[in-house]
Amino acid sequence: MPASGEPIVVIRNLAKSYRRGSQVIPVLSDINFDIARGEFVALMGPSGSGKSTLLNLIAGIDSADAGSIRIGEVEITRLAESELARWRAGNVGFIFQFYNLIPVLTAYENVELPLLLTGLKRRQRREHVEAALSVVGLADRMEHYPSQLSGGQQQRVAIARAIVTDPEILVADEPTGDLDRVSAEEILKLMDRLVHDFGKTVIMVTHDPRAAEKAHLIRHLEKGELSPI
Amino acid sequence: MKGIPYSYSMRNLWTRRFTTLLTASGMGLVVFVFAATLMLTEGLQKTLVATGSPDNVMVLRKSSNSEVQSGVERAQAELLESQPEVAIGPDGNPLLAKELVVLINLKKRDSNKPSNVVIRGISAVSLQLRPAVVLKEGRMPRAGSAEVVAGASLARRFHGCGLGETLRFGMRDWRVVGVFDAGSTGFSSEIWGDVDQMMQAFRRPVYSSVIFRLKDTTGFDAYKARVEGDPRLTVEAKRETRYYLDQSEAMSQFLNILGMVLTVVFSIGAVIGATITMYAAVANRVTEIGTLRALGFQRRSIMSAFVLESLLLGLCGGILGVVGASFMQLITISTMNWASFSELAFSFALTFGILWKSLLFSLVMGFMGGALPAVRAARMNIVVALRAT
Repeated sequence: MPASGEPIVVIRNLAKSYRRGSQVIPVLSDINFDIARGEFVALMGPSGSGKSTLLNLIAGIDSADAGSIRIGEVEITRLAESELARWRAGNVGFIFQFYNLIPVLTAYENVELPLLLTGLKRRQRREHVEAALSVVGLADRMEHYPSQLSGGQQQRVAIARAIVTDPEILVADEPTGDLDRVSAEEILKLMDRLVHDFGKTVIMVTHDPRAAEKAHLIRHLEKGELSPI
Repeated sequence: MKGIPYSYSMRNLWTRRFTTLLTASGMGLVVFVFAATLMLTEGLQKTLVATGSPDNVMVLRKSSNSEVQSGVERAQAELLESQPEVAIGPDGNPLLAKELVVLINLKKRDSNKPSNVVIRGISAVSLQLRPAVVLKEGRMPRAGSAEVVAGASLARRFHGCGLGETLRFGMRDWRVVGVFDAGSTGFSSEIWGDVDQMMQAFRRPVYSSVIFRLKDTTGFDAYKARVEGDPRLTVEAKRETRYYLDQSEAMSQFLNILGMVLTVVFSIGAVIGATITMYAAVANRVTEIGTLRALGFQRRSIMSAFVLESLLLGLCGGILGVVGASFMQLITISTMNWASFSELAFSFALTFGILWKSLLFSLVMGFMGGALPAVRAARMNIVVALRAT
């Protein structure tokens, strides 16, 4: 499904700074940015440019100093912490550089985690988990623990976990950063499929130009400011 | 279910099973001491309380705490015998025994060290008044003879107390003609012989106590009021069970205080151990905590998962401790009963109450050890936690 014109992410005058002792370090200043539904956006830039901070703010795991972020109908910058947690559970899927699977849980249980927050019955959860693992091609590895899977397979389990609640937005922080070329290629193909076949909106932070090539739109961040398109 | 699955907490304990085992062992040791103390007190009380029978009344000289300190004159004993509350036996005689209690020194078989032993001068109905006492070997001593029977526990542990052996006390030789078994009661640590012979041998003009069976168990209060108010009598009456419970009080209290002091000191160590373990667990799983929070789990879910983990750790310790303590039931302790200054043998007794108390105690320790680390886990900033990768 190609990107439609309607923006799903609307960012206005966003600013964020960090405090280190008495020093205030500005990370993002006056960011204005729209992302259309079904778009695959890559955020690039040197280390410390604020791209991960921007991703965290969009994903609702960090709070802005000023400005607003509206995702769909919800202005997430106004939500209280516990409301934000509930919102994340249903609306954002996370893909991390180091997969961040829970080592003591099987692939199935890892994927099931976000569903435990939904109130679905066990049988319904099973259907969702099996569907998500089939999408990533790991239906036969459900009972494996993360340590029994390769890096690429672990990242696929992490993607299954990200899509199992069927969120509109997927945020990916260097999803191929820890993978060899072949596995990285597979993961990028999978993400591309999620955008085209399932209509997901993907926002990805990456250093890898090959990964960025898959995106519809590449935005560069430099010293906390977005470069013009 | 809107929390982190229980399997997360359980499997994390299993994953670092060596640390879990070490920490749980530390807690287990404390639970062991805690349970063993309670078992010891319980065993002591059981032994002493079982020694008495609720239908029996013990009459002692006023304000004497034990039979050893008491003296009941012959004339007073006659008066007590004629009271209407005293039950009558099938042979028409009152079920009342005038007894003498004296302490002597006997040497232990294993260490050859002397220890105090109770000698009880008994009347014809003494055995009838104590159904728990059963003659195991030999026969009862004949009235008017220098013969004695020894409790099974004494016969085993003291020189001269075995069947057919001879004891020397009260300037006479006494032949052991029987061994009686009194189960786990205090009588198992006594030597019994004819009261009149004993009074002569020890030059005692008075009895130590008068024990009788009540005709009607509800008659006790009236009897007590009348006897204690009688100006001819300087005695007080107690139900036999009450008497032995009072006897156990000082010792139980001592054991309890000792046990509690040990438990408290040890438990501080164990709680600190659990806290360190749980802090380490939190430190090792910072990224996991960040991930779970990012996925939408609330702070309280993270806290519950870590508290649960720590409670399970405590429970493991509790089970280890209780299992260890249950083996203590095989051990019989022989010690000085401070109320009567005599030797008393008793065992550790494990009850369901002690079991629950011990497990609850281990859970409390687990909770105390896990609370602070769980709070730290719950208060982590998501972004900082995720960056810890």
